[in-house]
Amino acid sequence: MSEPILTVDDVEVTFPVRGIGKEGIKGVAGVSFDVRPGETFALVGESGSGKTTLARAVNGLQAISRGEINFEGQRIDTMSKAQMQPIRRRMSMMFQDPVGSLSPRMTVGDLVTEPFRIHGAEGRDMRAETERLLSLVGLPVDFATRYPHQLSGGQARRVGVARAIALDPALIIADEPTAGLDVSVQGEVLNLLNDLRERLGLAMVIITHNLHVVHHVADRTAVMYLGRFIETGETEAVFGAPRHPYTAALLSANPEPDPDKVHARISLPAEVPSLLSRPAGCEFHTRCPWAQARCSSDAPGEVAEGARRHRCYFPLDPGAMPPGMEGAA
Amino acid sequence: MTTLAISGLNVWFSTEDGPLHALKDVEFDVPERSIVGIVGESGCGKSTLINAILGLLADNGSIEGGSIQFEGAQDLVILGPKEMQDLRGPRISTVFQDPMGALNPVLTVGRQMVNIQYRDGGSTAEKRARAEEMLSLVRIPDAKAALDRYPHQFSGGMKQRIAIAMALMMKPALLIADEPTTALDATLEVATIELLKDLQEEIGCSVLFISHHLGVIAELCDEVVVMYAGEVVERGSVRQIFNDPRHPYTVRLLECDPARQTSRSRNLPTIPGEIPDLRQRPAGCVFAPRCHRVHAGCDQAQSLVEIGEGHAARCNLALEPQTAEATA
Repeated sequence: MSEPILTVDDVEVTFPVRGIGKEGIKGVAGVSFDVRPGETFALVGESGSGKTTLARAVNGLQAISRGEINFEGQRIDTMSKAQMQPIRRRMSMMFQDPVGSLSPRMTVGDLVTEPFRIHGAEGRDMRAETERLLSLVGLPVDFATRYPHQLSGGQARRVGVARAIALDPALIIADEPTAGLDVSVQGEVLNLLNDLRERLGLAMVIITHNLHVVHHVADRTAVMYLGRFIETGETEAVFGAPRHPYTAALLSANPEPDPDKVHARISLPAEVPSLLSRPAGCEFHTRCPWAQARCSSDAPGEVAEGARRHRCYFPLDPGAMPPGMEGAA
Repeated sequence: MTTLAISGLNVWFSTEDGPLHALKDVEFDVPERSIVGIVGESGCGKSTLINAILGLLADNGSIEGGSIQFEGAQDLVILGPKEMQDLRGPRISTVFQDPMGALNPVLTVGRQMVNIQYRDGGSTAEKRARAEEMLSLVRIPDAKAALDRYPHQFSGGMKQRIAIAMALMMKPALLIADEPTTALDATLEVATIELLKDLQEEIGCSVLFISHHLGVIAELCDEVVVMYAGEVVERGSVRQIFNDPRHPYTVRLLECDPARQTSRSRNLPTIPGEIPDLRQRPAGCVFAPRCHRVHAGCDQAQSLVEIGEGHAARCNLALEPQTAEATA
């Protein structure tokens, strides 16, 4: 097995909040994972669970308050802005909102070659680079003269992908690469990313809350809740037999395109706790149908089971249903 | 009574490069007390349709023919701006994707909920009581205290439920919900659509529900309208559309849903090609350039073919059942 390209170790991100003392709130509360070359790692969780904050921390756009981030053998979380500059050639970011992340006053040609100008173009033939990048992402060369408002959502995504791969990175972090796209266009963008991953040997971190997408594209998946990983493992293993009740609830809630499907759902109270007042003990116990006395007082640590990890005192067996719902399945 | 009956609706936009035919002969009903879903790719005219119904088309857009009958009494196409304004809110209300866009960040939730009742007489205390009642209805815990909190003090799912409470406060006849669950995780998404279904039954309103998420449409809606390039290409009950789609576009769209791929696959299905330029609509079937079943008859304009009770598709092959493995 190859060496990880990215190692994130016990990373914490805190945001100052007026009136609650020096500590602030923890947007990311002690997260560890690694990504190997050619691998796709997915971060799932609802809005506000810390996925984007974690991605920004990895990319150096957000300072961390604890932990360590290593990329291609170098520690990067302590680097200055100038030191980070060459790192960002190797690790690129695709931001949410396809059109919003492209400057409306630049043409597609300028947009895809902007990374070269920022990182020193040293005699590159910009026209040739434009052609190379546009053809890599499957756009006609004459798109170089278009402006972002003349692009469809899927085309704008392709331009975003072209910008991300311009400098031959080793890792791409894609934040909701398909949010707001229709299923047909979503497939195109994911196929493109996967094709580039295979051809260029890229590693990828994909952030999404679409579980069906994760199932198809990710090798490994981490489920986030209130800034922590509550379950991590091989995607197929996690989807096949979730160990943490939140993962199980997420998977059982996933609406499927079949009007006759009878759902055996694990229903959760909809009140997500605030980061300002994290619950004591296991932070999921306020919504957990299986919670027991111990869960509200002691915080569970991370338990490793082979290649998988989870944070739960009472991990689930396959097909488990909450007390009182056993007959529903 | 039909809440909304749209027939022969055509919308044009004038652009620098000539007139753009954004909606063409759109025709469907939203029956009373029903939930109708609209699906289709970006650019298929979903937003234009909503804006046409609400009377909020951009200045360069105009309705050229057709009617939008509301509650069998008023044609929204010919209603003046003042009359439309009186309908928006009390009779037709909306929920959008981003609840923060609907909530004012510098006013408490209670203040906003009292403010939107400005049309009604009665004291502020009565309006507050009504707001509290609505918040409990959308299952906000401790509704009374919630009235004095600001939007940022609620989670994303709760904000969306507050937006739903505000939209339904005046007991409208029609709620237009545009991607209301896109920003939520699966557990909150399901909770929100279940809530929407319960409230719809309780209030007795109709809902026009727009979503990319075919799973949510399948679960929530009674009827489905499939749009492509500004046309209704197929409509029918949720079972007719999901179990027996007759338009090749519907077939392909359903196949693209990763949720339909039971085995894990890195290579997801897509629909090759692009939506045509609506300034130069093809003379025949609008989907023909991308269609896997295109044949000689497709260069003629297509009309909606009735297949069964309430089920129609704009395709000359509509009467033949479609095979599942159409992608070959």
